Amino acid sequence: MILSWLPQDVSTFGPSIDSVLKLIIYVVGTAFVLAEGTLLAFVILYRRREGGRAAFVPGESLRQLAWVLIPVVIVAFLDVAIDVRAKPVWDLVKEQSPTPALTVKLEALQFGWEFTYPGPDGKFGTPNDLVQTTFLTVPAGQVIRLLMTSKDVIHSFYVPQLRLRQDIIPGREIPAWFEVTQPGKYEIACSQLCGNSHFAMKGILRVLTPEEYQQWVSQHWPKSGAGAGKSASSARSSASGTKG
Amino acid sequence: MAETKPQSAPSTDAHEKMGFWRQYIFSVDHKVIGKQYLFLGLFMGYVGVFLSYVFRWQLAWPGTAVPIWGKVTAPQYYELVTMHGTIMVFFVAMPVLLGAFGNFLIPLMVGARDMAFPRLNMASFWTILVGSVLLLISFFVPGGASHAGWTNYVPLSDASKYLPGNYWGGNLWLIALAIDFASVLMGGINFLTTAIAMRAPGMTIWRMPLFVWQELVASVLFMLSVGPLIAGVVMLLFDRMVGTGFFLPEKGADPLLWQHLFWFFGHPEVYVVAMPGLGIVQEILPVFARKSIFGYRMIVWAVIVAGILSFTVWAHHMFVSGMNPVLAEPFSATTIAISIPFAVMLFAMIATLWRGQITFSTPMLFALGALANFLLGGVTGIPLGTNASDIYLHDTYFVIAHFHNTLVPTAVIAGFGGIYYWFPKMFGRMMNETLGKLHFVFTWVGFNMVFVPLFLIGLGGGQRRIYMSSVYTFYKPLQPLHVIATIGLLVIIVGQIPFLLNFFLSMFRGAKAPANPWHANTLEWATDSPPPHENFHTIPTVVRGPYEYSVPGMEQDWAPQAAAVDAGAAQG
Amino acid sequence: MANSAVEIGIAHAPHEVPTSFELGKLGMWVFLAGETMVFGGLMGVFILEGISHGGWGSDGAHVNWRLGAINTFILFTSSLTAALAQGAARVQDSPRAKRYLSATALLGVLFLVIKAFEYAGDFRDGFTPLAALFWSFYYVMTGLHVLHLLAGIVVIFGLMFMVTPRTPAGWLERKLKYVCLYWYFVEVVWVFLFALVYLAPTAG
Ligand code: HEM
Ligand SMILES: [Cu+2]
Ligand SMILES: [Cu+2]
Repeated sequence: MILSWLPQDVSTFGPSIDSVLKLIIYVVGTAFVLAEGTLLAFVILYRRREGGRAAFVPGESLRQLAWVLIPVVIVAFLDVAIDVRAKPVWDLVKEQSPTPALTVKLEALQFGWEFTYPGPDGKFGTPNDLVQTTFLTVPAGQVIRLLMTSKDVIHSFYVPQLRLRQDIIPGREIPAWFEVTQPGKYEIACSQLCGNSHFAMKGILRVLTPEEYQQWVSQHWPKSGAGAGKSASSARSSASGTKG
Repeated sequence: MAETKPQSAPSTDAHEKMGFWRQYIFSVDHKVIGKQYLFLGLFMGYVGVFLSYVFRWQLAWPGTAVPIWGKVTAPQYYELVTMHGTIMVFFVAMPVLLGAFGNFLIPLMVGARDMAFPRLNMASFWTILVGSVLLLISFFVPGGASHAGWTNYVPLSDASKYLPGNYWGGNLWLIALAIDFASVLMGGINFLTTAIAMRAPGMTIWRMPLFVWQELVASVLFMLSVGPLIAGVVMLLFDRMVGTGFFLPEKGADPLLWQHLFWFFGHPEVYVVAMPGLGIVQEILPVFARKSIFGYRMIVWAVIVAGILSFTVWAHHMFVSGMNPVLAEPFSATTIAISIPFAVMLFAMIATLWRGQITFSTPMLFALGALANFLLGGVTGIPLGTNASDIYLHDTYFVIAHFHNTLVPTAVIAGFGGIYYWFPKMFGRMMNETLGKLHFVFTWVGFNMVFVPLFLIGLGGGQRRIYMSSVYTFYKPLQPLHVIATIGLLVIIVGQIPFLLNFFLSMFRGAKAPANPWHANTLEWATDSPPPHENFHTIPTVVRGPYEYSVPGMEQDWAPQAAAVDAGAAQG
Repeated sequence: MANSAVEIGIAHAPHEVPTSFELGKLGMWVFLAGETMVFGGLMGVFILEGISHGGWGSDGAHVNWRLGAINTFILFTSSLTAALAQGAARVQDSPRAKRYLSATALLGVLFLVIKAFEYAGDFRDGFTPLAALFWSFYYVMTGLHVLHLLAGIVVIFGLMFMVTPRTPAGWLERKLKYVCLYWYFVEVVWVFLFALVYLAPTAG
């Protein structure tokens, strides 16, 4: 089945996107097969025959038009059904933003990715911020919020296994969120033509189990918070922390 | 009776005395201009195919030397892709479907002696020729042709620091595009004026062939959608050459503005291409099925509704662009709604075949092939127009496969069908059927071999515009599909040999064509093949609609739109 | 080359079917519909950018609205004389029509001269196209309008040149139907530009 071409699906909203996609492919696939089947059947059945004469069916009366209009009404109905099914999924992925366990700032540039963690104090713009290039390390099972900006041209954050894609525009901060269900390493690809090395603008999303993540934090994060006395082991940043 | 006998020597045969230059090169005759467009479009088309050959080779066998070209570098790859898209859309699809067929057929089909403004018509051809030459020259300027993608998104395309060395290529791209737009606008003025004001007696609007209808709607769509983009192109040229900052975020501008301007034009633009292509199919189907088109008026209304709706959907190209996500919902709804008029058209075309008497001449094969693939292009638009699934599919090869399945069936497959169908009228000779069928099989099979795998690559997550897919591990399982696709392209290319042989040999050696070789109804068949300079010896009087085939009680299975000229053979 | 094309164009059999449409006028309407979208797009973008910047602020305050107002008046007058020329052509009074036409064209030239002074003044005060986004828009929009006006002036002078005592009656009348239409369009565009670029920013 063509859907087996879909890559692994590891985000919490991924299955919803896949289910919309599946619904559409089934609905539209059926319509497609019926239409092509009809076309093929007509082409075979109504080949020219010696002495034969075609029927005269101009399709001007409503009775005749019904043959086309009824299938069209069915198409219209299915269209609405698809729209209704898709709306909550779009809502979930793009319009809602669940409270994040971790907020990371992402800066895209020709041709790479820079990730800034708020550091132990949970605030951006303090000396204990942690900057990582290429590698985005996050815990599994927790909501991650990205605040994305671009240094130069338009880029796009795309991880196929997350089913997430979001363009990043210079001069603006664009949010995105995801929660990964399975630890592992996934590739981050730029998905908007951004220059001659666009194809090589790869990053790595490293998803760790919460325990491994705590370990990573304790090994890599700056030790002491410059500001508030928040525990260094806490990776949490409050929403207000993002304003730094 | 369909053969209109020459009545008397036309009084205005000034053209007989015209020299070669005025008759064939600087001609104001819409038929000659139409052929000029056709040659230009074919030439540019094969340039576009050659470019796709080079980058498709790179996609299938990355890093290997491409025969005839050599190794492809990354900047070259983006140059090839950008120019392929630009050439195919603006310098192939539009010149062939509007320039060639529109010019050649509209006056003949409505029963006029020429376009309303013959000199403007000539100017429009020479304008697009200049644009084409500039675009081709841009390959040879320092830094090569534009690398910014056919969508030319800012700020990538705005400041040459982002695409080092690509200064003149980018400028020439913008200039060539502006010239192309000017040319098509001139053409549109002629199309609309001619079809509105120069119809033969009896040619009411509800007797106009569907092809004319679709050309008209396409012209209106173009006229009303391109203006803002022309303004945008001028502004972007100022940015690049003068140093203004209309699109530069560091000067406070919004980069999404260009995308809005581009797609406000871009979506109607794909209908500007699709509609005349479907119009060709709708002319061919009835003739070779000997049946009336099903639901003529319904199709006309569907075309008009689709045209209107096409102005309301542009932001479906921008769901994940960073625009306000709330906007994605209305645009998703309008996009899906537009499938309704298209379903009407496509179902009506299928219904036309019901209880017909179908002959599989070459034009019919191309028409059926176009219809079959346009259906695929249509249905695959739904997952892209649905915002939720587009998050995943946007900018993947699924998109590439989808829009090639709308543009290639209309611009290329229907376009070839049109060439085979109207060749006798254009050149007065018949084309060879065997070579034609060979051409069809290679082109159609090859085309599907290219683009069916690309749907799967897209579903597998493979993005478009990727020079070296081996960078990503998720691309690994998809790579064999790229190989199949490229072999498909080679099949297409081989299939062009019978076409080119057929086209040029038939032009000089083909059997002489009768006035109405297909026993068709529309007015272009009511005059000589090729038509005389003034098209009709006497302007025909139209007595019926264009698709009255196999009308009960009639001896023949066709009923020409024109009243018989010879009193003896009178029938209408 | 141009001449030969003219000959061929005339050599075409006149359309035998009487229609209620005048081709030139119809074609011009179609053309102007396209033009409207060009200027409309440009003005739309200007308005949207203005809104998203919360108005044009001090940048917009420096446009020379006095010269703009004088120019508006001049274009109004030129349209008036164009209409008078049309009236004269309608009664086949070519000499009078030509006099009115020359007034129209000369008023157009006067507009351009004043505009040139205005541009020079703007430049002197440092308001070049690169000074600010507002000024970039200002130059592109008014510049495009200037080009249109220039084209109109050339066409009107050309027409006057082509009308000789041997010109068939009615020829000028037919031509003026769409040439004047174009002229009125260029004037209307200016009125919109004047309101948008001169009045709105300075008022706010
Ligand atoms: C010979 C048949 C054709 C083949 C094999 C072909 C193949 C391709 C492929 C593989 C791409 C994607 C390249 C990439 O993203 O890396 C592409 C892009 C494109 N093609 Fe074609 N194509 C063909 C004909 C056409 C035609 C007839 C049209 C339009 C009428 C067209 C319009 C485009 C456009 C607009 C793009 C996008 C360019 C860009 O990304 O900037 N192609 N083509
Ligand atoms: Cu990038
Ligand atoms: Cu679209």
